[in-house]
Amino acid sequence: MRWWDDCINWESPDEDDPVPTVQDLSLHILDIVENSLAAGARQVEIRVEENISADRMVIEIVDDGCGMDEERAQKALDPFFTTKTVRRVGLGLPLLEEACRMSNGELRIQSFPGKGTRVRATFQHSHIDRKPLGNIRDTLITLMIGHPQVDLLYEHRKEGKTFSLDTREIKADLGEIPLDAPQVVSALRTLIQSGLEDLGAS
Amino acid sequence: MAKLSIEDLKKIKESVRAAVTLREGGYRARVNVHMGTCGLASGARAVMTAVLDEIQKKDIKDVVVVTSGCAGLCNREPMITVERMGEPPVKYIDLTPDKMREIFSDHVLGGKIVEKYALAIGSETTF
Repeated sequence: MRWWDDCINWESPDEDDPVPTVQDLSLHILDIVENSLAAGARQVEIRVEENISADRMVIEIVDDGCGMDEERAQKALDPFFTTKTVRRVGLGLPLLEEACRMSNGELRIQSFPGKGTRVRATFQHSHIDRKPLGNIRDTLITLMIGHPQVDLLYEHRKEGKTFSLDTREIKADLGEIPLDAPQVVSALRTLIQSGLEDLGAS
Repeated sequence: MAKLSIEDLKKIKESVRAAVTLREGGYRARVNVHMGTCGLASGARAVMTAVLDEIQKKDIKDVVVVTSGCAGLCNREPMITVERMGEPPVKYIDLTPDKMREIFSDHVLGGKIVEKYALAIGSETTF
């Protein structure tokens, strides 16, 4: 028995209670878009491109939020930089950058104050450490319900096929019916699911 | 561009018309799912999906779901704030989809605070 044994909990972590981690790319997308919305974006474009022959995957998120000056855009990848006041670390972009680097890709941020921000994440598609795309449907539904006033464009290209969805068009078709009405959500869920399945999105 | 079919739209329009008038009379409750990086990493989206599923299954028309960022208590995520009309907001911590469903039926719909999952009652102050 060593003196420090009492101070340390040697029990192995519970299998059912893993260390929290952003498991897949769809959660990273949700995270980054929440940044856009916190920056006052009214319109967000999410583009996913899976290019199997070139073995690349690109995720691009473009918003019309308040943007950042050059200094701030550079600092955005530093985990100890954040604009939040509730705590002193911000991990959204640094974690996505880590996910890119792990799979032979990179993260680029282009931002113009007053105009918006473009985040471009690239990955080697076949890389063993490339996180799976995950559940894009739930990410889109969450964004639409959480922020029905925001215009959201999703475009997913894979092997010459495209699935795209524009909430502006859907809102126009719905007229006075809100985007977050349960019946609308249910129809949208089916629509997105079948669209992504047709595409064979991974 | 993916679009809702005309048939879908017709169905939706018919069934929603009644609900819209109900909504104008105000919401029964608002569920705020905290979705910062910390929340997302610990399962906030699954909690969100669970609450949307309950709303749909029970055909609830007067509960709004919104999302927000990190509330500064990252180690207790996933976290939600439930606000029922005219009552103080309640924060729930360490959630799972199942706990979310329980809170939905007991508190959001039933008005009975689920104390075992609650962090605190009332609003946080901003400094």
